[in-house]
Parts: sequence; structure tokens; C-alpha cells
Amino acid sequence: MSYIAKSTFHHAKLPVNELGLTERDYEGPLSSLCAGCGHDSISAAIVQACHEISIEPHRIAKLSGIGCSSKTPNYYLQKSHGFNSVHGRMPSIATGANAANKDLVYIGMSGDGDSASIGLGQFCHAVRRKLNMVYIIANNGTYGLTKGQNSAMTDFGSKSKKGDENPFEAIDVANLALQLGATFVARSFSGDKSQFVPLLKAAIAHRGFAVIDCLSPCVTFNNHAGSTKSYDFVRDHNEALNRADFVPMKEEIVTQYAPGSSKEVCLHDGSVLHLHKLADEYDPSDAVEASYYLQKKQREGKVLTGLIYVNTDSPDLHEIINTVDKPLNQLGITDLCPGSKTLQNINESFC
Amino acid sequence: MRVVQEVNSNSKLNEFVIKFANVNGTGSASANHLFAKSIFRMGVPVSPRNIFPSNIQGLPTWYEVRVSEKGYLGRKEIVDIMVAMNPQSFQSDVDSVEPGGYLLYDSTMPLDLSKYREDIHWIGIPITEICIREFSNPKQRQLFKNIVYVGALVALLKMNFSIVKNLVKDQFSGKEKLITPNVFALELGYQWVKENVSVPFSIRVEQSNKLDNKILVDGNTAAGLGCVYGGATVAAWYPITPSTSLVESYDKYCERLRIDPGSGKKKFAIVQAEDELAALGMVIGASWNGARAFTATSGPGVSLMTEFLGLAYFAEVPVVLFNVQRGGPSTGMPTRTQQSDLLACAYASHGDTKHILLFPANPTECFELAVAAFDIAERFQTPVITLSDLELGMNDWTTDKLEWDDEEQYDRGKVLSKDDLDSLDNWGRYNDVDGDGIGYRTYPGVHPDKGAFLIRGTSHDAFARYSERGDDYVEGMERLQRKFATAAAALPVPVIRSARQQSLYGVIYYGTTDPAMDEALDLLAEKDIELDAMRIRAFPFREAVFAFMEHHTRVFVVEQNRDGQMRTLLINEGDINPAKLTSVCHFDGTPITAQFIADSISLSLEELIPSVQPSKSRVSKKGA
Repeated sequence: MSYIAKSTFHHAKLPVNELGLTERDYEGPLSSLCAGCGHDSISAAIVQACHEISIEPHRIAKLSGIGCSSKTPNYYLQKSHGFNSVHGRMPSIATGANAANKDLVYIGMSGDGDSASIGLGQFCHAVRRKLNMVYIIANNGTYGLTKGQNSAMTDFGSKSKKGDENPFEAIDVANLALQLGATFVARSFSGDKSQFVPLLKAAIAHRGFAVIDCLSPCVTFNNHAGSTKSYDFVRDHNEALNRADFVPMKEEIVTQYAPGSSKEVCLHDGSVLHLHKLADEYDPSDAVEASYYLQKKQREGKVLTGLIYVNTDSPDLHEIINTVDKPLNQLGITDLCPGSKTLQNINESFC
Repeated sequence: MRVVQEVNSNSKLNEFVIKFANVNGTGSASANHLFAKSIFRMGVPVSPRNIFPSNIQGLPTWYEVRVSEKGYLGRKEIVDIMVAMNPQSFQSDVDSVEPGGYLLYDSTMPLDLSKYREDIHWIGIPITEICIREFSNPKQRQLFKNIVYVGALVALLKMNFSIVKNLVKDQFSGKEKLITPNVFALELGYQWVKENVSVPFSIRVEQSNKLDNKILVDGNTAAGLGCVYGGATVAAWYPITPSTSLVESYDKYCERLRIDPGSGKKKFAIVQAEDELAALGMVIGASWNGARAFTATSGPGVSLMTEFLGLAYFAEVPVVLFNVQRGGPSTGMPTRTQQSDLLACAYASHGDTKHILLFPANPTECFELAVAAFDIAERFQTPVITLSDLELGMNDWTTDKLEWDDEEQYDRGKVLSKDDLDSLDNWGRYNDVDGDGIGYRTYPGVHPDKGAFLIRGTSHDAFARYSERGDDYVEGMERLQRKFATAAAALPVPVIRSARQQSLYGVIYYGTTDPAMDEALDLLAEKDIELDAMRIRAFPFREAVFAFMEHHTRVFVVEQNRDGQMRTLLINEGDINPAKLTSVCHFDGTPITAQFIADSISLSLEELIPSVQPSKSRVSKKGA
């Protein structure tokens, strides 16, 4: 992991957002990932999305597990606190962090091994608990840091660099998340920023568990012919469900869409997501149909991308467990300690 | 009814052990508790113990009550009165009664007493018959059997009946319609004895006044309450015996005391995790984010948590963890007690790791050390593991009242505010600016431009930047060592009980060995064996612990595990000559007894004194 600071020099006309910040204010030190790594594109997309929606960097907490994917929080949002935890365990760290302070935006970064192999249990339970967070899986279908082993998300039959076909079935985390009650499920491709960035913005605005399975090729160990996670394969087999335009809360909607060609999704902070239908029959508000459609397209060998499912009516963990509005980490001794008189009464109950 | 010829001549006033043998899941627990608490209300020290199987319904379960005017509350391995309500265990229950003792049994079905021992008093009460006659509801017929025998005991032991009846009223306040039938059932047993039993009963309970400022409570309840008072807002846990009731206590008192009156919303969050590992992850996440958070578990949970304990140690995140120990290894004896997780906790996780341990010895200390654990964890930015056990966590203890000073403030440790950060130019998370090994923390979201860093379990320099440089690593690891030394001097001091005259011999013990040790020291003193005693309350050890070992030629280390884990820890941390420390180990899953300790120590000293043999001696038995 690098801590080499990037030059702060930038073009005088580098655009500033509503907070007066440039994209540079959302970046981190230089990446030490391989040149051309899909994960660097994910980092860049996070920088772009956060800058464009004018979120204060220090209001974000970035979390990760272990692996190439999980190194990336070092490379974006250097003004945000981050937690590079242990392998497959980021969801529990995020759960506790969120329980302590509901007011921050939590962006979790994980990988296919981190989430679907070693961390599958924790991933599933974070989804079930409807934790309010963005959970990105940088999915390259391989273990990069240990040089190219299969993960639980490596597709059946996909060839390793050595030429072996994967004999085991892959776990589809997007479909799994759907079944476990995730309220925002998307799949995208790190090589398609125009699709990925609006989805990221919407995921941040969404209240609830927002998972984005982002195909992110590993240029060193999994970008060869026969791999189903290579740049070429994903480009050739990508079938986009929809194309999203994210309109932040404060902006006026100016674009006109032909009736029936798009669907509006109002998000919790008042932002609107315009979904332009690309697949005629597809309805992203029906989890059962979405699950079926995902499996169907997978059988056809397609890589389905876009917003797969969204539900803006579901409560998040804090609503379910009914915590006070003020973040728990801001309560002081007067809020928390019942005092000596109460303790005397409690003592009486033990007599 | 059969009476032994020689009635036990020693009349036992307020000094005896009664044991109830029941079938799990038949409602005996609340009746037995009623009995024990009635004695407590009569001002007599009492220590009840549940001896239960890992089962919900059907297997044998026992409830043992030691009544001691003298205040000896450790387990005593004799039975003066047996209430034998379980046919499955009947024969062994009969066998366990002291000669001259009493056995109460249900005589509804005729029992051929000629088949059984003659040296105890047999008191048959037709309990089932009474209940069938007096109650129509089948459930009541079952449940009130237990209350009937309590009523019978009240008469036999000449207890103050109105105290027992008032206790029933208190216990069912809010469920008034249950009071009348319960009191009625008590009367049934009471009257039956009055009308039918003419045997002289040599054991009595008499009103006393030994319990000023005392309460009757279990350690888990007290520890859960300590978490409320200590300001914990996030509890993450996974159910496991014997720790479950700790989080349930926190939940219960939070529901009562931590609800915002305006909105009805909760000033706490409890998350039941998918496993213990995740539970600790949640605690780490919440602590990192500035909340006081805790989890409670037992040995198997600690095994899972070791991964995260290493992270919290190395990344320096406060953790409050309660380990209510049970019999190990593996699943071990889930419903039996032991002190066998010391080493697993002291050095939990791979690499060079060490953790702060606290050893409460009674429910009052469970409360106090729970509160203290949050201050210590935040002051030293590291895990604090409180080692209780099943004996303490799940049994009611006669213990000092819980106290709180309203002037108390939480010690949140070194945390930088926004203003602090504004005035600092060169802050580094792990910079040891004060020389005590403790850096300054920041919470996420505190400042728009300053104080953010990426916390990690990978090696890092003083500025929290990833570093594989040897000198950065060594500097960090040595600072952690320095921090540990700082902690040692700030942890709870050991409790010392000095011998009446100067002694060459010392004894070190901790946790629930405490009540048995008090009694054992008295038993030894009766044989003119005088020892200085030290009860350790925390790890890392304070200087006083090493000085104690220095000042004695021989030190017994009494503990409830096979391997003498405290002894190992003392030798390892204090560079002590192993020959100086003699292990006294009790580990059959039952609480250690005074007799066992006294016998072991006097035997060892007998061997020791004539020969003055310094070789490592070891007293270790599978129970007594």
C-alpha cells in the first residue's frame, strides 16, 4: 500500500463543487495496484461521485477487509476516516460503526474473495440487518494478492491463467443480496464509468443496504482468453438493464424522457434516479422477478448490469431497533447513567 | 416415616447445606429460589447454586443452598438435607446425604425403605397426592409440588412463615392472581408437616442480622447493570452459556432506564450477531466510532474472537469483553464452572499480543469492574477482558450493595476534539508524545480537514501510514509494551489478607476462589498454619504481586483449572523461579471448596517442612 502523496498541483480551472472542493479534495495517495487494474477505476468513480454530489469528505467513513480491493480505501477520500480491517470481516466492523453513529455515510469496499469466500457469513448478515451502507464488491474473480487462485465468485468453467477450468459453481452475490433483503442491488463494470458513477451516487443517497457488484478485471491474473472476468469478455457479454441518470436533491430536472421509456425512483434524501429502460419487460421493484431474470441471463451467458432492484420503503437497522435520533456516540453521561438514587432502588429489588 | 435411632446431636442453627434434586423444566427453579431468598430475608448469609445440565427439559438438575451464619459462602461438599424429587437421580441423591442428615421425598407412591440406608432421617410427604387433591389444573398440579415442599421446609426448619409469604407477594407483584394459589400451596406443605411430622428436626433457621448492606444477586445481572452505568451504548453478542444472561440483564435495565421519554426511542443498540467473531467486530466498529461498546461470551466464543482481538490490540481500539468461563476445552462442560481461559485470553491472537484482564470475585465487583473496564479500555485503547465464570455469573451471591457516586465522570481517554485538532500541526495517531505509550485518537467525522487516518491491522508508522520498515515496526511494538507497563500501574490493586503472625508462606488466588479461600484460611489457622493471602484482580500484574512472591519462600497458587494457568502467567511475566510457586488446582467443574484448599495446602506443607525440598511440588487433584 502506498502512502506517496499525489501532487496537489492542479489546473486553475479544475471544477469545484457546491462546497468549493475540487476532485483533488476527494482523492488519496498514489495507488500501488497494478497499472490498468479495474479497482483504480472504481476508486476514480468514487472520487467523481462524491465530488459531484458535494458530500463533505469527513462525513464519509470508508471500510474494507483484506485483498487488492480492500487496499483501495487508501487511494481515495483521504479526508475521510477509514478502517482497513481483517479478511472478510468488514461487514461486522461496519455494523458496529453504523450503530454508533448513524449520521455518517458508510462506504464498504470488498472483493469477491473477501465477500463471497471468507466473508460470506458476515456479508449475508449485514444484508439481513438492513445496514445503511454502500457495499461495493470489486469483483475480479480471482485472488490477486496471492497470485491468481479462484474465489467463490469465479464462474464455473472460467479458465485460470494456467489454463485450468473452474470446476465449482460461482456464488452470485447480487442474487444472494436480493434474497436476503438488500434494498438496492446493482451490478456494474469498472470500465463503464457512465453507468457506474450514477449508480454509486444513487447507492449513497439510498437509505438501506446498497450493494454494487462491480466487475473489475485483474490485468495481471485474470484478463486472459477463457476468463469470464476479463475486459474483453465483460465488454462482449455486458447486457445493460437500464441506464441511470442521478439528479441530486437540489437540482432541477431538465431532461425530458419519452413517456414509458424511463422510470423515476425517488431516493431518501430527495434525489431522483431516472432509469432508462433498456430491457422492455424489466421491473427493478420486483425482487422475485429480478432474481429470476438474473439467473436466466446468467444461463444465457450474459453479464447483466444496471440497477437490478431498488426498494425505497424499507426501514434500515436503526429504524428497526428504534434508536434515538441523536447518534449514540454523542450521548453523554447524563443521557446514559441512571445515577445513585436509581441504583438504590435496584439494590432494593435484590433484597 | 423412619427415624434413625441416634438423632444428630449437633443441632445445626443457621449452618447447613440443603440440596434440591429436581427434573429440569418442571418449575423447580423459582420455588428453590423462593426458599433461598427467604433465608436471605431472615438476615442469614446464603449461597445458592444451580447445578444444571446442558438441557432444557427432562434431565436431572440440582439446587444447592449453603446457609452460613458465619458467612462462609463457598461451596461445601456435604448435604445435610436432601429434597429428592427426581426418581432418575434418587439413589445417588440418597447416597450423598451426610449420616444423620435428612431426606425429604414424595411418598405418594409407596417406597420400600428397607432397601435404603438407615443412617439418615426419611421424611415422606405425599406431595403428588396433595397436589392432585387440591388443584384441578394439570399444570398447577405439577408446578405447586415445588411450592408444597418449600412450605414443608418452612415448617421443618421453623422459618419465619410470614417472611416467606411476603416474598411470594413481592415476587408476584403485578401478577396478583398468582399470589393466592402460591401461598395456598405453601400452606399445604406447612400444615402437612405440622400435623404429621413428629421427628425432632435438628436443623433450624433463626432470624439473624448478618446482612446489613447486603444484596442477593448474580454476577451477570450485576455486570449487565455495570454496562448500563458505565455508559455502554452498543452491545453485540452471540448467545452462549453461561454469558447469555449478562446481555439480557443489560437489555432489561436499558429497556427500563434508557428510553428517551419524549420519543420512546432507545438510547442503546443491541445487535445479536451471527457468531462471536462478528460480535467482536461490531464492538470494534462501534468503539472506533466513539461509542462505548461491549460483548459477552464464554471460552468457545473467545476462541473465535482471537482474530479480532489481535486487530484491536494492534490497531489500538478499545474493546470491553466479558468472558464468563465454563469448563473447556472445546465445547467442554457448558454448564460447569472453571477458570481455564486465562492464558487463552492473556495472549489471545497470533503475533506478540497481550491483553488486560480483570478478575471479579463477587457480583459487586462484577458491577464495579464492568464500569471500570470501559474507562480502562478507553484510557489504554486496547481490549479489556473481564474473566468471570459460571459460578459467579449464573448463581445468586450474598454480596455488598452496588454503589454509584454521582460525581463520577467517564474517562474517555486521549481523544482529540475539533478544537484540539485546529491547534495541532503535526498530529500522528500513534505518536507517543506523552511517553506513556498512549497516542491520541480521533473519531470519524470530527474535523473537515484534520485527524482522518486509515486504521489498520497491517504494520504502520507513528502517523498510521502503512510501513514494512523494521524500525517503524519495532518502535510501534515497543510502544505497545510501554503502554502495557503504564496500564499495569493503573489497574485494580490486589486484595491482601495478612496472617496473624509473620509467615514464610503465601497464597495467591483470584475470582470465585475467594469465598472458599476465606474459609480455608480459617481452617488452616485452626491447625496453626498461617499464610498471607493475595487476591489478584488484574493482569498485567502490579509490582505488589511480584513483591508478594519475593517476600515469601513458598507461594501456593490456587485456581480452578488443570494446568495452573495463573502460575504460568506469574512465572512468565515476573521471571519467577517456578520452584517457588506450588499449584493447587481444582478442575472437576464444580466450584472449589475450602476443605479442598485447606487439605491440599496442609498436605503440601507437611511434605515440605521436614525436608525443605525446593523442587517444584504440585498438588493437583481431580476435585475432592
